[in-house]
Parts: sequence; C-alpha cells; structure tokens
Amino acid sequence: MSGDIIESIKENVIQGRVTRDDEGIDEGMVGQPGVTELIKEALASGVGVSDIINRGLTASMTVVGQKFENEEYYIPDMLASAEAVGAAMELLEPYMAQSGIKPKGKILIATVKGDLHDIGKNIVSILLRGTGYLVKDLGNDVETKDIVEAVREEKPDFLGLSALLTSTMVNMEATIKALAENGLRNKVKIIIGGAPVSEEYAESIGADGYGADGFHAISVIEALNSGDSVAS
Amino acid sequence: MPREGILVNNPLERLSGEQVRQIHDASIEILNDPGLLCFNKKAAEIFQSHGAEVTSVSDSDTPCWHVRIPERLVTDALDSAPKTVTLGARNPDNALIMKGDEPRVFFITGSETNTWLDVDFPTYVNKSDPRKEIKVPEFQPRRSTVADLCDSAHVCEHLETVDGYIRTVNIQDKDINEDNKDVNKFFACLNNTTKHVMSGLTSLNQLDNVVKMAELVAGGPDKLKENPLISFITCLVKSPLQFVDDTTETFMEVCKRGLPIVVSSSPQAGTSAPIKEAGIMAQINAEVLAGLTLGQLVNRGTPVLYGSVPVRARMDTLGDSYGSIETSQYNIDCVQMARFYKIPNYSTSGVCDTKMPGQQSSIERLFSDIVVTLSGPQFLHCAFGLLDGNSVFCLLQAVLDDAHFQMIKFFLKSPRINEQELDTVKKQIKEVVATPQKMFINYIRPVMRSGEISPPYPFEGDGDSDSVFALANERLQELRARPVEHIDPDTTARIFREIPGLLPRLNVYKGER
Ligand code: B12
Repeated sequence: MSGDIIESIKENVIQGRVTRDDEGIDEGMVGQPGVTELIKEALASGVGVSDIINRGLTASMTVVGQKFENEEYYIPDMLASAEAVGAAMELLEPYMAQSGIKPKGKILIATVKGDLHDIGKNIVSILLRGTGYLVKDLGNDVETKDIVEAVREEKPDFLGLSALLTSTMVNMEATIKALAENGLRNKVKIIIGGAPVSEEYAESIGADGYGADGFHAISVIEALNSGDSVAS
Repeated sequence: MPREGILVNNPLERLSGEQVRQIHDASIEILNDPGLLCFNKKAAEIFQSHGAEVTSVSDSDTPCWHVRIPERLVTDALDSAPKTVTLGARNPDNALIMKGDEPRVFFITGSETNTWLDVDFPTYVNKSDPRKEIKVPEFQPRRSTVADLCDSAHVCEHLETVDGYIRTVNIQDKDINEDNKDVNKFFACLNNTTKHVMSGLTSLNQLDNVVKMAELVAGGPDKLKENPLISFITCLVKSPLQFVDDTTETFMEVCKRGLPIVVSSSPQAGTSAPIKEAGIMAQINAEVLAGLTLGQLVNRGTPVLYGSVPVRARMDTLGDSYGSIETSQYNIDCVQMARFYKIPNYSTSGVCDTKMPGQQSSIERLFSDIVVTLSGPQFLHCAFGLLDGNSVFCLLQAVLDDAHFQMIKFFLKSPRINEQELDTVKKQIKEVVATPQKMFINYIRPVMRSGEISPPYPFEGDGDSDSVFALANERLQELRARPVEHIDPDTTARIFREIPGLLPRLNVYKGER
C-alpha cells in the first residue's frame, strides 16, 4: 500500500502535477489525484514522512534531473516538478519535527530596491523549493530595510538577492552593509545572482556565493549548507 | 529634406482584418477586466478623474491601485494621438518623419547592453603545413564605458543604413553614477552623431538637464519643439498589466513636455505573457494601449510611438529568445496592430540568441531583419550589433548588419515595370535576336552605372577561407578614422557651463580654448 502511494507520488512529481486539476504530460490525467492529494492521503494512512521525502520526492527529482540532462525535459517541465515538490514539502513541514527530520533550510529571496526584474528570481525560488528548501519570496523592488527586517524576523539560513541592472546591483552591497550594522550579517549566508553580477562581484561585496542560474544556485547553496539534511 | 528610409510597397501581413479586430476587442476587454495594477498614485488619479474605475488594493505591501480602463478612454486616446511623429536630428537632413499609415521603415540601433565585444585577429598556423596561416577573429567581452558609447555613435553616424541612434551600451565608468548618467549618455550620443538620438532615462531628476542640453543643441526651446532631436523610451507597463511606479512617473513627465516617447511593452511569451500567439498579442496590445491612453490623458496630442518588444521564452532557460521564429511573428503582428490604429510603430528585429558574431548570429538576425522589415514598421530598433538576447553589443556586428540592410533596402525598391520600360526592352530583344552572338552585354553598361544593379556582398574575400570578419573589421577601422561633426565649440562650452555632471573628458575642445 505505502509502496503504491509512494510510486504514485513519484509518478506525479515526474508529471509535474500539483493538484488533481493539473494536466501533466500524459493524456487523461486531469481529475486523478495530484501530489497534494496524494501526500494528504499518504499522511492519513500513516506512511512515514522520511519515506515520502526520500523515496517519493527526492527519487522523482533525480529522474526529472536525468530527463532534463537528456533534453527530454525543458525548464517548464523542471519547474512544474519542482513546484509539485515545493507543495509537498509545505504539507510535510509540520510533521517533520515530530518525525525527527531536520528541514534542509530556510531561504529568503528578493530582488533589490529599484529593480523590477523578477523572472530569474522566481525561477530560482521554484527550483530551490523543489530541492526541499523552505523559500520565502519577498518580491521585487524590496527596500533594504525591509530585507533586514525580514532576516531579523524569519531567521533564514540563506538570503538570496537578485539584481538585473547595474544601477541596482549596488543595493546588494548596501543590503549586506545594513545587515552588518544590525548585527545580522553572521546569522545568514548570502548568495547573489542576476545578469550583471559575477563571482568576483559577489566576493568584492562580501557575499558568500554567486549563482549563475537556478541549477548553479542550488549547487552553491548545497555546498554552503553544512549540517544534516533530509534529502541526502 | 528628411531621411527617406525605405517604403515597403505591399507590406507583409500575417493577420486577417478580422483577426486584427478580434485582438483589438480582446485587448479592450482585458483593459476593463482584469484591468491593470497601477503602482503610481498620480496615474491612478488621472485615470480616475477621467472616469476609469479605480480601487485601492489593500493587501499590497506597496501602495497600489486597480485600474479598469473603459473603451471610451482608449478610443479618445487613439483619436488624439498624432498619426505622424517627427523625430528631429542635429543635422535636419537626418530627421525622421513617421506616418502611422505609411509603411516607411527606418532602421535604428538599440538597446543598453552591459557588455561590449572587442575583436582581435590572432594568426593561426597549420600544424602540418606551417606555410599555411589564417587569421581567426577572437571576441573579448568587457564592461562598456562612455568611450565605447562615443565610439559606437561615431561609427553609426557613418553607417549608411542607420537612420537613428538609440544608445547601444550602458555606461559603467567608475565616475558615472545615477545622477550624472543621463546627461553623459545623451551628450556622448548627441556629440558623436548628427542623427536622431533616443534613450531611456535613469533618473527623473535629470530630465530637465537633458531637455536643457537638447535645447542648447537645437538652438532654443522653440527650435527643439520644431526639431525634437532627442526622444525617450519607457517601459511603463511591466507584463502582465502593471503600471510601474517610477517609469510611469518618467513617462508622464516626458509627455507633459511634449517630447516624443515610445510606449514600450516587452512581454515574454511563456513567462510574463501566455505562450500562445493570441494571448501575447491581446496582452501586449492592451499594455501599449494602456500606456498610450495615459499619455494622451496627461497631454492630449503628445507624440507617442506604439512600442512593441514581444519575445518568446527559450525552453531551456526561460530567458528571451529573440532568435525564435515566433518573436518575429509577434513583432509583425504588432506592426499590423499599430497600423490599424495609424500610430507609428516601434518594433524589434535583428537581435540574436548567440553571444558571438558568426553563422548563427547572421542567420538569426538576417531572418528577422528581412521579415520584420517587410511588414513595414516605421521605427525598427535593435537592428544593429546586438547579441545574446540584448546583453551584448559588438560594433563589428553592426558593420555587418549595415550590409544586410543595404541588401534588404535594395530588395524593396519598387519594380520598374511600365509601358516605356517594356517598349525599350522589347526593342532590345528584337535587336539582339537579330545579331549572330545574341548577347545583351552592350546594354548592361548604362544600367550598371545607374544604381540599378545590386553591388556584390561587400565582405567577399578572394582566398579559400572566409574573410568576412577581417574585411568588415577593415571597414570598421576606416569608419572610425572618418571625422564626425561634433557640436560646435561655443555650444559645447555653454553645455559644459550650464549642464551639471558632464565628464570633462567628453569635451572634445578642452585644451583648445
Ligand atoms: C525581461 C526584461 C525586462 C522586463 C522585466 C520583466 C520581469 N517580470 O522581470 C521589463 C520589460 C519590465 C524590463 C524593464 C526594464 N529593463 Co529590462 N530586461 C529584461 C531582459 C530582456 C531579460 C531579463 C530576464 O528576465 N531574463 C530571463 C531570466 C531567466 O534570466 P535572469 O534574470 O538572468 O536570471 C537567471 C540568472 O541571472 C540567475 N539569477 C537571477 N536572480 C538570481 C538570484 C539569486 C539569489 C541567484 C542565486 C541567481 C539568480 O538565475 C536565473 C535563472 O537562470 C534583460 C536582458 C537580459 N538578457 O538579461 C533586460 C535588461 C536587464 N533590462 C534593461 C533595462 C535598461 C530595463 C529598463 C530600465 C528599461 C526602460 N528603459 O524602461 C527597465 C527597468 C525597470 C526596473 N526598474 O527594473 C537592461 C539593463 C542594462 C543596465 N542598465 O544594467 C537589460 C540588460 C536589457 C538591455 N540591454 O537594454 N526589463
């Protein structure tokens, strides 16, 4: 029974179906339970949280990753699957502590003050959710003080900053300085991204990492993320 | 005499009259429901005072209003928006007159790339036969500076098919900041080309300085009105359907001053607009109409261009794919929509997806340059030197693009077929068939010198290897060596006295007086 339902979860992540209304890739799936419904069902019938995560979600994302490498899947497919995993993790989160599973980490992400470009940041958010992180998206054109406040309140493990304009990338540095002034710089690892920034720029402003794209962002964050995590 | 551009006699159309209507109707419906989110208070108030339904959005972090634009406001705006827009120039012979119902195309640069590509030609020696050597172009990216902007404007002044100049690169010098960027970028352009200059504005507080500079160059405020040698571009609506606070503010301020401005929208099919053609078309048209309506409410009769930069998303990165075929299709559709409204259109072609000049770049850009030109946009931007989806500019590529446009312009010449012409050739045929050799060669010579025969590709080499880049580079160096007519010394002195923030190194007369 638990095997069946985990298989279904896996299949539906691969199909990128969050709910029963989603189309997926194969014909005729609309109306059948999607990842959300299946996770609820699994929890109700007592399937273990770590089983769901490891054998259902992580295993399916490995398949999705392979399909992407083989050019069978494109980014929209990848994002749909990542979204399904994100939705699943949200449902599982309240049960993780009692099952003794440490969450992978919490990430705040924002496009900095003055900058409205958010397509790239949104993609990065979805992919990180799909990897099992809890991601809180603060939006775009976010005031530096609001980022500082959010870091103080949410106590994230990581802060992701995005900028697409040379005139706004300076606000990344301003944010890092403001965090330092508020005694928060050492409480959070900072990773930056966006077309005009680079590894060197990240270093020069004292960020902890730079992500060239969504996948690179994941590997940089995973590398920075020491300590136990559920997905490994 | 203004510039001629190229008149497209039978413009290429993809949409039937009924489809144009249907898109228009869908856009009108979208403007009312769901309407737009407006992050600019003044704009929301203007819409409200003219009868649009405006409600404040309470659950938003930043102040924001929901605006439903009724059809009546759009129709009024389409009535009052000028159907002919003149973009002036420092040299009045370079002025551009754009009529919304006349498919006369002008080719203009763009956009604001952060990366500049230098080219070098190192020599490679064949390992098995060291006597054989070839020069291979190597492209080196670096951050662009104000000197590059001057260089690019200078070369574009001499590229025959460049009809107007949009600042091609972002100026990222250490001594450039938010407050002096606008005056320096406009000055760098104006001082190095006598063609029309268009740019976006970085800081609204610099608008008056920029306008003042243009007035000094034009010879006074009235002269600038007559000969608007600068114009602006704003992306005031962020897709989908959101009036952005600061750009909307800039847009309204430019409209108040009556200077020409492009209402540009750049949705990406797949991410910020539906992936389906019907969807991106209904949405972009709604977005442009929304901006155009606001402009006319701010200042009835102010000149605006219908600006369209629709692109399709790449499936592998979700970045922009300017090289995709659909991007050209959307652009042609937009040209048709603008013509339906008789508002001059600002459209896009020529940007490629690849990072370097080469085969892919040539194929992608020539494809879109041809098809979009054939549709007859009045203002075709981005068309020179842009690579990597608008992120990289290469002057060598711009020189190559100039050759492409010469070909396209030649192709678009009207066919010379009339009674007189046919009589002449019938006579020729009769004469030639009566001779023993039966050759028409004698008749070539007068035609050859009349400009009726297309020239060979200008960068055709004579060796066994492709020398296009090397020859284009020779041409680039030759253009660089030609002088440009800078702004005169007195006006330059006044500009440096009266406009704050200009970098002294941009004064070409410094040291002379
Ligand atoms: C789409 C777009 C817009 C859209 C934005 C829509 C949206 N919802 O985001 C609109 C039309 C609104 C827009 C507006 C403007 N834009 Co714009 N825009 C672009 C464009 C064409 C593509 C950006 C994009 O979405 N790429 C696709 C995504 C998937 O890629 P990405 O953003 O790079 O993100 C990836 C990585 O960078 C990384 N990443 C991104 N963020 C993060 C964050 C973290 C933490 C990590 C780890 C990684 C990461 O991962 C992402 C996924 O792979 C770029 C050109 C370009 N090719 O970059 C110009 C560009 C950035 N824009 C430019 C300009 C000038 C403007 C305007 C000023 C235009 C104007 N005159 O009005 C305004 C500015 C508005 C503002 N205040 O922000 C210039 C910037 C030049 C400069 N000065 O630096 C560019 C380079 C275009 C150009 N050559 O002119 N723009």
